[in-house]
Amino acid sequence: MNVADLIALLLQHSPALIVAVPLLGAFITPLISRLNDKVRNVFVILTLGLTASLVFLLASDVFTGNIHTYIFGSQDLALPVVRILFEVDAMSAFMAIISVILSLVAVIYSWSFMKENTGLDKYYTLILLMTAGMLGMELTGDLFNFFVFLEITSISSAALVAFWTNKAKSVEAGFKYIVISTIGALFILFSIALFYGQYNALNMAMIASAIQYTFLDKIALVLLIAALAMKAGVVPMHMWLPDAYGKAPSSITLILVGATQASLYGVFRVCFTIYGGAINLSSISIGWILVILGIITMLLGVAMAIIQTDFKRLIAFGAVAEIGYILLGIGTGLVVMLNPEMTTTGLAAMKGGIFHIMNDALDVGLLFLVAGAIYYATKETSLNKLGGLARNMRYTTVFFIIGLLAISGMPPMNGFASKLLIYESTYQLNPILSIIAILSSIMILAVFVKVFHSAFLGPALPKFENVKEVPKSMLIAMGTIATIIIIFGLFPELIVNNIVEPAANALINYGDYVREVIPSFTGGV
Amino acid sequence: MFALEPLLETFQTGSGFWNPVIWVVAIIVALLIAVILRGFGNKEYKKKTGQTQAFLSGNPEYEKEQMHIKSSNIYWGFTESLKWVFDSLKKMHTGNVSDYALWFVIVMAILFVVLIMGENLVGAI
Repeated sequence: MNVADLIALLLQHSPALIVAVPLLGAFITPLISRLNDKVRNVFVILTLGLTASLVFLLASDVFTGNIHTYIFGSQDLALPVVRILFEVDAMSAFMAIISVILSLVAVIYSWSFMKENTGLDKYYTLILLMTAGMLGMELTGDLFNFFVFLEITSISSAALVAFWTNKAKSVEAGFKYIVISTIGALFILFSIALFYGQYNALNMAMIASAIQYTFLDKIALVLLIAALAMKAGVVPMHMWLPDAYGKAPSSITLILVGATQASLYGVFRVCFTIYGGAINLSSISIGWILVILGIITMLLGVAMAIIQTDFKRLIAFGAVAEIGYILLGIGTGLVVMLNPEMTTTGLAAMKGGIFHIMNDALDVGLLFLVAGAIYYATKETSLNKLGGLARNMRYTTVFFIIGLLAISGMPPMNGFASKLLIYESTYQLNPILSIIAILSSIMILAVFVKVFHSAFLGPALPKFENVKEVPKSMLIAMGTIATIIIIFGLFPELIVNNIVEPAANALINYGDYVREVIPSFTGGV
Repeated sequence: MFALEPLLETFQTGSGFWNPVIWVVAIIVALLIAVILRGFGNKEYKKKTGQTQAFLSGNPEYEKEQMHIKSSNIYWGFTESLKWVFDSLKKMHTGNVSDYALWFVIVMAILFVVLIMGENLVGAI
């Protein structure tokens, strides 16, 4: 077998391997932990490195317009047997890239950040399980399987949020997270039952091809949007998010950002693919719902961020505000999609919203890592007690400035490119929406300038006299994300044309997704 | 071979455009001008001498912690003038997980009214 054949074979089986590798790695990690801590850390990094390579291999093919399906069980779709089907289009691959990058960076960061902690075999096992769960949510084409992966992600996330069991607030945050996740998952399961009862199907493409937009379908839509939006931290169901993000170890918060976005992906998959056939009837209603939720999320997130004095909680509210931009972009796309005069605007809005998913993950992720670095060096997260750290932590300060500029949408960072698309397209829909979005960005800038002044500027405080820069693994992790931010900011056209636009088209042209499973399907935009 | 052209492409936004590379060049030019202007500065300036000591109108210098403006005091005027907004927002965030679930139920009810009853109402009209 030559290299080309091997790559072709890996590509063919990549949808399964992308989930199987971290899942298998999770079960092997406790055994390897028995050998040596360093061997275990290297093993986890290599496992996620291999997963990332497989994701990039699959994505390189999917972004050219191909859709990959992978069937577990009977290959003959006409046979009424139990089977699970993975279906990977450009949107799935786009989300998988985000998840795997965040997980890989998180384990590199953890090497030093978590060094002093015990129970790290469980920690790394849970990280790999969480990664497998997120990737499964993004790659599966089966709604029940989506629910299973959602549960895997939620349970492992809750355990990781509460990892610092010696801190009461961490345990409380983990408890809140699992309660909220379970409530959301129950309603998702209920909506799946509604589909199964009506259409005798669990496959997303099959449901999409059969959907009649009945009264029960409308109820299922409400349940799915509400439950997944809560998991995504949409206001006013966001309150678990600052608790969980604020109290989890920073490396875990980084992966939690990916898990939150996997739920957001679920909202888009439901609205665009499963209800794609009913979109003529309801796209404007659903679109406006997303736009309004987006605006409220943006404003409330930034308003709450401005009054926070805890570093991580402040960033968490900033992350809530950023989710608002994503909803605003995608919602605008849904509202104007069917207006033939506004197709360019609709596509621009979709591209802006999708591009911002990645930018949000990177920008917010970098800021959380910086917050973790400061906690590592000072054992302090209260902004009222920090100050003058730029003198002792120069690299961390530079990374914070990059994160600050990026999250505020300042040119030439990546956040500016995606926000520009959102501002321009929402302006075409309604100028007030655009004004609110710009105002929120200005407020986000103000919020993080406050953090910059509080933590990094000011006189050198005697209590931080001996504070040193964080270890190399943490700097490498922050530097990796900062580099991606700068590259995405400097070459947005390259990124949008090659990654974002295929993902936007995959969502819009839902018929291609359905036809991959049901070739006779004639619907679709 | 590695092609440079795709990297230099102007970002098309549908109704506008944006070229970050030009922006970066502009920033570099501005920084160069700043460095040149700095070169005209007073060369008699001596570091770590009395020239760099803080002069607070003859008052003694406070402790370092007291000199630093705390996070809570930044934007004090803004938050004070909109106190009623921030107070109500804080009140909303009870930290009680039962309230979190209640908000979920409220949103679900609103979505139900808008998506189901709203569309049926429009259909009837």
